[in-house]
Amino acid sequence: MELSGAEIVVQYLRDEGVEYVFGYPGGAVLHIYDALFNQDDVKHILVRHEQAAAHAADGYARATGRPGVALVTSGPGATNAVTGIATAYMDSIPLVVLTGQVASPFIGSDAFQEVDTVGITRPCVKHNFLIKRREDIAETFKKAFYIATSGRPGPVVVDIPKDITDPNVRIPYAYPSKIKMRSYNPVAKGHLGQIKKAVEMMLSAKRPVVYTGGGVIIGDAADELTRLIHATGFPITSTLMGLGGFPASDRQFLGMLGMHGTYEANMAMHDTDVLVAIGARFDDRVTGHVAHFCPNAKIIHVDIDPSSISKNVKVHVPIVGPVQKVLKDMVKVVKETRQQPEEGALKAWWEQIEQWRAMDCLRYDRQSSKIKPQFAVETLYKVTGGDAYVCSDVGQHQMFAAQFYGFDKPRRWINSGGLGTMGFGLPSAMGVKMAFPEQEVALVTGEASIQMCIQELATCKQHDLPIKIILLNNGYMGMVRQWQEFFYDRRYSNSYVDALPDFVKLSESFGHVGMRVERPEDLEGAMREAFAIKDRLVFLDVIVDPEENVYPMIEAGKGHHEMYLSPASELV
Amino acid sequence: MRHIISILIENEAGALSRVAGLFSARGYNIESLTVAPTEDVSLSRMTLVTSGSEQIVEQITKQLNKLIDVIKLLDITEGAHIEREMMLIKVKADRGHRDEVSRLVDIFRGRIIDVTDVSFIVEMTGSPSKLDAFINAVHEDLVVEVVRTGPCGIARGSKGLTL
Ligand SMILES: Cc1cc2nc3c(=O)[nH]c(=O)nc-3n(C[C@H](O)[C@H](O)[C@H](O)COP(=O)(O)OP(=O)(O)OC[C@H]3O[C@@H](n4cnc5c(N)ncnc54)[C@H](O)[C@@H]3O)c2cc1C
Ligand SMILES: Cc1ncc(C[n+]2csc(CCOP(=O)(O)OP(=O)(O)O)c2C)c(N)n1
Ligand SMILES: [Mg+2]
Repeated sequence: MELSGAEIVVQYLRDEGVEYVFGYPGGAVLHIYDALFNQDDVKHILVRHEQAAAHAADGYARATGRPGVALVTSGPGATNAVTGIATAYMDSIPLVVLTGQVASPFIGSDAFQEVDTVGITRPCVKHNFLIKRREDIAETFKKAFYIATSGRPGPVVVDIPKDITDPNVRIPYAYPSKIKMRSYNPVAKGHLGQIKKAVEMMLSAKRPVVYTGGGVIIGDAADELTRLIHATGFPITSTLMGLGGFPASDRQFLGMLGMHGTYEANMAMHDTDVLVAIGARFDDRVTGHVAHFCPNAKIIHVDIDPSSISKNVKVHVPIVGPVQKVLKDMVKVVKETRQQPEEGALKAWWEQIEQWRAMDCLRYDRQSSKIKPQFAVETLYKVTGGDAYVCSDVGQHQMFAAQFYGFDKPRRWINSGGLGTMGFGLPSAMGVKMAFPEQEVALVTGEASIQMCIQELATCKQHDLPIKIILLNNGYMGMVRQWQEFFYDRRYSNSYVDALPDFVKLSESFGHVGMRVERPEDLEGAMREAFAIKDRLVFLDVIVDPEENVYPMIEAGKGHHEMYLSPASELV
Repeated sequence: MRHIISILIENEAGALSRVAGLFSARGYNIESLTVAPTEDVSLSRMTLVTSGSEQIVEQITKQLNKLIDVIKLLDITEGAHIEREMMLIKVKADRGHRDEVSRLVDIFRGRIIDVTDVSFIVEMTGSPSKLDAFINAVHEDLVVEVVRTGPCGIARGSKGLTL
């Protein structure tokens, strides 16, 4: 088959089985856009800002486990995409981002819309390429998809100079069925000796805790994890990124840990003697001050990336390998060994944990005449039967969604944890809805965050994406205000979101349905009405208590046992 | 502690900046970095000298290994090894100082490779500390210019760092 460079780009994507490309055209990619025009296999979703192209591809990837693909032009197209690329990088999400570049002879001459895309993105990609010859397109793409999706996944940028996609020069093309890279060989399994050592340590624990993270979701290991937890009877807590890796409705689940984690999860972390970390990276939002982190514990850590191990906290039994395979092996060893768990100690440990749990740390004022954001998320759970894909932006609403929407399945909770990118929510929800048009996709957002990518309401209209937007409108950058309340003596410097648009009219002007709720008693009815509208995007502006705070909270730099608790909880 | 890390890396445009960028982005310290293609032109060999606590050096080697272009690396300071650096040094050598300088060069087993009425260029290889010692031995006022390559190193014994 003889194809032009642009045709090779598109044909490769077809051969790779790519369903959707999220993108925005411009000079340097026009040849590729022309090649896209002539086929229907790869569907192009026209966003309204390149940041959204990357986030939408990212949302698609998080929900499906398949790589998300974005296509943007050179210069400003590429720089606009950088926030989205960095967001995916921090959360280890597989993306392939195709960026146009000025024609090869112009590179380095400050040509029109030239930026050093490879240089700018280098610190926030797993790898990047600048294609030099059209003969290299197919092989480079193969490498890009392979690198993005294997090992610890991440975004890969492929920068393509315009001359290489010239429609007038044709060369033979074949889909490269195999790829070999001598410099890149992700591990396939964990060391069995280490796994046995870990199991031995686990079964002799008196106060064990399993702490799981995004690696369980990324590595598709929810079933294996659930088996291990049930086989051992251990308590389990999860990071923000690991929610849904183990069913939240299961008694063994202690809720999220860390800065806004539950009392029982954080207290258990503080008192544990054997910590089993699985696909989690000891982030500072989770550990607090490392000197106070799990002061009495021996630590086992399963991670595919050796550089995650002993990075922030020294680990005693490292296991490098893919979490699915390692957990399979662990379950096997647990079942085969003659060693029994410390039943008596475990029972006492659970009694202690139940005492902590009885404090009901997530309690909030249910009698309030204002809509509490927690109540709004609980209502969302009720209305969607706990089975929606829930996307979120960044702020208090994100924490409320994480705490109050009990995720029972993996890949249902889509949020930016590592970079904490406001503006992620709406475009990521578009990616999820493209992937699962028959499923309910809800976006829980804030009035500040939603305005960062609000233009995507047009994309939702054009591509018929009936997302349900639940805006927890507190009129503040609530998360910022909360810190100012606690740590800056209530000096609310620039955290008030003044001059808000009328979100109902705004969404109507984009051709969507807008609704507003102001009283708790109207909320459930409004949500049911919103979700009953199957074929249209509904934007539900929920006016919530402007000064509600997220509890519990561990101040940055403090230990797990030093939590601020809600004035509504039993403890104060 | 000072560590010398030998790296085999794909000889591709940008490979060097990935390594250098890693060090600046993560705030690691680079004392020196030398690069050249190997007998296999598709491969470059780097020798990187860095220092830090054991934990930092462990992260450095893990992060380097994580770079897609890096094929293999070895912290040669973990075992017996040899390191050598080359220096070209231009020194003032007018009539009053010629003998003194050339005696020093002999003692340090250097070579004078360029001569004018008033100066020498001296070529010298050795361990970095030997080169330091030579510079210290020459009177400060006589040193015109110093160029050092930074060390390259190799592990002792029959085993090689190869593919
Ligand atoms: C406003 C705000 C508040 C936050 N508060 C909290 C909080 O209270 N609690 C909290 O937990 N987080 C919180 N976060 C999120 C936090 O910033 C981090 O993003 C999060 O804690 C990291 O989660 P993780 O450790 O699961 O790592 P991830 O970023 O999910 O990393 C996954 C780990 O798994 C490994 N991995 C990937 N694939 C595999 C595989 N196949 N096999 C084995 N290992 C694999 C990776 O190498 C990596 O080490 C907050 C974020 C924001 C924006
Ligand atoms: C792009 C970006 N800029 C700034 C921040 C810092 N920040 C974190 S939360 C937040 C406020 C979010 O307000 P809103 O969306 O209304 O959510 P709320 O906290 O009120 O629920 C800000 C400004 C960020 N995370 N991302
Ligand atoms: Mg707000």
